[in-house]
Amino acid sequence: MTHYLGYLSLAIYAASFACYARILYVPNVWLGRVASLLLAGGIILQYYDLLERSRFIHTVPYDDLYGSMSLFAWLFAITYLVLEIFHRQHTVGAFVTLLLIAWIGGLGLLVPPQSVTPPPARGALFALHVTLITWGYAAFALSFVLSLVYLVQDSLLRSRRLNSAFWRFPALDVLDQMARSSVYLGLVLVALGVPMGLVWAHRLSGGYSWGDPKVVVTGLILVVYVAYLRLSRSAQWRGSRAALLCALNFVIVLFSYTFVNLYLTRFHRFF
Amino acid sequence: MTTATANPLRNTSSRIQLALIGCNHRTASVELRERVAFTQKQALDAADELRRQGILEEAVVLSTCNRSELYGVAGEGGSALTEAMEEFFTSFHGLARAELAGKFYRWSGRDAIYHLYRVAAGLDSMMLGEAEILGQLRTAYGQALDHGATGPVLNRVFQGALEVGKRVRSETEVGARPMSVALAGVKLAERVFGNLKGRAALIIGAGAVAEQVVEQLRHRAIGTLQVVNRSYDRAADLAERVGGCAAPWESLETQMNQPDIIVTSTGGTGPVLTRKMLERAITARGGRPVFVVDLGVPRNVESAASGIYSLYLYNIDDLGEIVEQNKKAREAEVPRAEAIISEHIAKFETWRATLEAGSIVDDLRGRFHQQRQLLLEEKDKEMPELSPEERHRMARITEELIERVLYEPAERLRNGRGMRGRLGAVEALRHIFGLDEGK
Repeated sequence: MTHYLGYLSLAIYAASFACYARILYVPNVWLGRVASLLLAGGIILQYYDLLERSRFIHTVPYDDLYGSMSLFAWLFAITYLVLEIFHRQHTVGAFVTLLLIAWIGGLGLLVPPQSVTPPPARGALFALHVTLITWGYAAFALSFVLSLVYLVQDSLLRSRRLNSAFWRFPALDVLDQMARSSVYLGLVLVALGVPMGLVWAHRLSGGYSWGDPKVVVTGLILVVYVAYLRLSRSAQWRGSRAALLCALNFVIVLFSYTFVNLYLTRFHRFF
Repeated sequence: MTTATANPLRNTSSRIQLALIGCNHRTASVELRERVAFTQKQALDAADELRRQGILEEAVVLSTCNRSELYGVAGEGGSALTEAMEEFFTSFHGLARAELAGKFYRWSGRDAIYHLYRVAAGLDSMMLGEAEILGQLRTAYGQALDHGATGPVLNRVFQGALEVGKRVRSETEVGARPMSVALAGVKLAERVFGNLKGRAALIIGAGAVAEQVVEQLRHRAIGTLQVVNRSYDRAADLAERVGGCAAPWESLETQMNQPDIIVTSTGGTGPVLTRKMLERAITARGGRPVFVVDLGVPRNVESAASGIYSLYLYNIDDLGEIVEQNKKAREAEVPRAEAIISEHIAKFETWRATLEAGSIVDDLRGRFHQQRQLLLEEKDKEMPELSPEERHRMARITEELIERVLYEPAERLRNGRGMRGRLGAVEALRHIFGLDEGK
């Protein structure tokens, strides 16, 4: 299986990053649009790369580490592009695309993409369940990035260390709204994805695996993000404390995505 | 065989004589600048008069509170052009030339364009990188254009200037950061709230700096504007001027529950806003952040208030330091702006070189045809045995010879590449063939 589309999408993401980084220092509306178009181009190319992989394994790529993380990165990029269009903000793009490049590039270096074998057939419902949950996690990852940018911006404002990029960062209020939008999206996707997984497991075994660590941790993720949404509107937590909470919540998502998948769960151990 | 090179200057002059005279805030006092300022009508009248008198073929007057400048293009005149423009300028405003001695600058050719591009970029402004001048330049040029006072040269020069101004502001930081305390305060508030449209602001005190902040807030369509001052009358006066509401001093604490932005610049010995007052206000707002700009000396806000969560407090020293940093940052961007200016001057020079070199072919053709005509007349006398048909053939052959000789130079000029560096050669050709004699 060739991966030239994957490498090409990585190159286009890198070009998009260059444009996003440039507008942090030199404001230019057109350059912002070019950055968005390049990001969209990278998403399209990565889609075809994933499609090629999916055709080979006859399902969405969740079973191997490379495929799963590539799918995660792709959904992360889509989520950001949607939020960027919705909130009309280009200035976070540099951070998001940098993370995207590091993620995909690191993945290419650490995990050889050739080592893939088709998993056992599990059906469309299962594929949809995996896709929605992965997308939800990607949305939480985006809220993590936005919260980190919020914390940096807040810290610069309070310390009065106002460098050149500071004047180009989005306002705290905008970052807060974007992070909340991302968390809302993540919650909706996970909330939709979990019942699908339960239904699929019930069809297979006749019971619900409530005690599986993956299910427990996913429940915990839902709770902490709902708590974030509520606390981020309270007097004591509003602002930087809520942003910090949102960033810390993502640690649980990472834990679920890596440690739980690899070592704790029986039903969700894929790679 | 066609040899004519398209020349937009055909109806004006073959050689571009561009000049500028004027004064600005650096060279002339405000009293003198007031005396030499042009109203919109005067600017157009002056352009008409300059062209009617034959001093200029194209003219644009740029008159702002910081500068009065006259840009012109003449067919002839050379070094005397700026003299003629200055003569006109002084007589137009009823001044003696001695009054302008040392107060006016005179630039021509490349220097005039360089000056205009620096003006457009905001590099010649009182506040480095200010944006207003670009709008004023656009208006002045637009009015002259609509009035028919411009021509191919000034159109090219001013369109280039507008492009320079736009590029400098979009590609460099020269105009990016706030340069006044009032603007810095408002820009920082935007870093917290984003768009200030519909937000609420409370102004405590009715001083001049507070008024500047209010002006900036109004530009951003702030929603509610409350003014509180120890003297209610002054508060009411300011509120009326800025479209806000005045409130009595005694109601200060209750007024603090609403605003997102508080600007305080009142006199007195002790702090007007204490930590406790601000804490209560933020609690009443459900923890929503408050941005406080303390412009008072001594400070109006208790220093302990800076530790309040959800409060962003900047005093006059903080803002002054930010303005100073920004000033340095803008100055550091000047070389990048100058690079953009150089790029556009080079573009203009290429255009100018192509046109000027194009005109030399026309002039050479004229000179060759003149010599040809003289030669044919001589030969008519020397060779009376030639039939009319032979004479006609000889005339055609000599004409074709001239066109063949000029064809390749004309084609090279049409391409225009590398002409900028060969202007000296063009000058030498004009001199060798005496093309400027009798003009």
